Amino acid sequence: MSATVSPIREPLITGRKDYHQITEDICAPSERTPSLSWLVAFIVAVSFLSFGVFCILWTIWFGIGTWNLNRTVGWGWDITNFVWWIGIGHAGTLISAILLLFRQKWRTGVNRAAEAMTIFAVICAALFPGIHVGRIWVVFYFFPYPNTRGPLWVNFNSPLLWDLFAISTYFTVSLLFWYTGLVPDFATLRDRATGLRKKLYNFLSFGWTGAAKHWLRFESLSLVLAGLATPLVLSVHTIVSFDFATSVIPGWHTTIFPPYFVAGAIFSGFAMVLTLMLITRKVLKLEDYITIEHIDSMNKVILLTGTIVGVAYLTELFIAWYSGYIYEQFAFMNRVQGIYWWAYLAMMSCNVLSPQIFWSRKMRRNITVTFLMSIFVNIGMWFERFVIIPTTLARDYLPSSWSYYSPTWVEIGIFLGTLGIFFTLYLAFTRVAPVVAIAEVKAILKTAGDQYTGESAKRAHSSHHGSTIETPH
Amino acid sequence: MKNKTVLFGLYDDEEVLLSAVKDAREKHLDIMDVFTPFPVHGLDPILGLEESRLHQAGFVYGAIGTLTAFLFMTWVFTRDWPIIFGGKPYWSVPAFIPITFEVTVLFASIGMVVTYYAINGQGPGVTNPVLDDRITDDKFCIAFDVADADDDEVNSLKQFLKDSGASEISSKTI
Repeated sequence: MSATVSPIREPLITGRKDYHQITEDICAPSERTPSLSWLVAFIVAVSFLSFGVFCILWTIWFGIGTWNLNRTVGWGWDITNFVWWIGIGHAGTLISAILLLFRQKWRTGVNRAAEAMTIFAVICAALFPGIHVGRIWVVFYFFPYPNTRGPLWVNFNSPLLWDLFAISTYFTVSLLFWYTGLVPDFATLRDRATGLRKKLYNFLSFGWTGAAKHWLRFESLSLVLAGLATPLVLSVHTIVSFDFATSVIPGWHTTIFPPYFVAGAIFSGFAMVLTLMLITRKVLKLEDYITIEHIDSMNKVILLTGTIVGVAYLTELFIAWYSGYIYEQFAFMNRVQGIYWWAYLAMMSCNVLSPQIFWSRKMRRNITVTFLMSIFVNIGMWFERFVIIPTTLARDYLPSSWSYYSPTWVEIGIFLGTLGIFFTLYLAFTRVAPVVAIAEVKAILKTAGDQYTGESAKRAHSSHHGSTIETPH
Repeated sequence: MKNKTVLFGLYDDEEVLLSAVKDAREKHLDIMDVFTPFPVHGLDPILGLEESRLHQAGFVYGAIGTLTAFLFMTWVFTRDWPIIFGGKPYWSVPAFIPITFEVTVLFASIGMVVTYYAINGQGPGVTNPVLDDRITDDKFCIAFDVADADDDEVNSLKQFLKDSGASEISSKTI
């Protein structure tokens, strides 16, 4: 086995690390006492979370009437937020599964945090279907279980039920995949810890020893789980789009929805990964593991998926015109220049126009620009869902039913609450678990470390004639 | 369970480990196990480990999931409580596909992960003996079971570890 590193490959691990230094660097954040900035961030996140819980209790106590939904607009911020969070939850599994199958080494720097983000985003998303039904105390009617009402079963032909299955499966599989990858790293923490921490990590690490046979099975399991998660991640947002596409509402009833939603989900997911990773690498001093090269790669994905989404928006407009169907044409005219024209403008400018600056390599590698862009995309993708849902519903078939919808403080509070849940969980995660996959980074060190690749490889190349790094055969 | 006495050498680099394992195999030394901080590529064929059959188990679990979901929905909508939805047939196969797919993935994943931990002898709260704390950090370890070995054998194993580049050699009863 010989690993020959191309000198044109940029290093993915900088700072001339050795194996021990990698362990030290990545374990350090969870081994020192929390910094003041962490504490402040955590308190802010928990405050948002508490307000969200208060608003949810308010909704349950007084009923859905505390939201501004009306008989025309039955889905408002609730489902907008649901789809937004589910979309964000797509990047983690994409990075860890699809990029694993494509053998993209840069995934190792970001996959752990991205998967954690996926799981937390899905938790936030799953909240909304639960509370938007109003009578949350009978929410178990969602599940097909033998009951005394017949038994009366759920409607397996309904996309809403498919969605329940898709999201619960996605959550379970993401959690298993994430945790299986965490076990060896928990073992690393266990072997460095003492006292109570040792007991905790001993429990979490499941008795991992690093035996060759276990690694063999570990890799086999990771590969098959990645193979399963790849169609799964594509199916989840496809099924979310079926919630809309299988209805008979003009503007929703389109066959373009599944690919368009999946591209949008990857787009918004990567934006959220970038938002989090740019802060995380700075605060936890992980710049050597989440490098400009990683940011560059993720910005390329943002550019690609943002452009796919842009093409989808234009295709929708074209097909509406080309269909010759006045209700479809009206639905899209309404989106562009109706009462919610500002939402359409926000969507178009944040999602389609602004990512185009990433054609420039300089911009892709600029941290400030990337951070601002990631925020734009998060906002833009939220507006995309808002445009699709309330805008379309507010102008339905009968002008006598037309209405307008804006959220109450309760709905805004629940949204802020989910942001609180998300950041509380993420901040807790950065304290307990290694934010970068230690074992995986070690495994690519000799092919992606800066002492072995890039400029160093070029020097080695000229002196050794071709064989840059040889491992024994 | 009977206590084992383990003689093990720690190596600083996976490339040294790979040649040491190769050496040991050529000398027909009975390696108890090899421990590494990350999956070392090329180790399995040298050690003579065969490809895991976990994916075959995964296929079986997935197939069980497919059948469970599809047959259950079929039973509900054709036998137990037939209802017409939107003028479609009772047995509306295309509408069953999303759930069938999701349940397939769910069964395959859960089944494989449970099997994986079961055959690894791992799980919540399980404690397995750790030979050296640095094996999960930056040391690569070859271990020999020397419970029944006499002094000569132990010494020759020690010599082998030393010659093959181990930076530390020690023994431990586990």
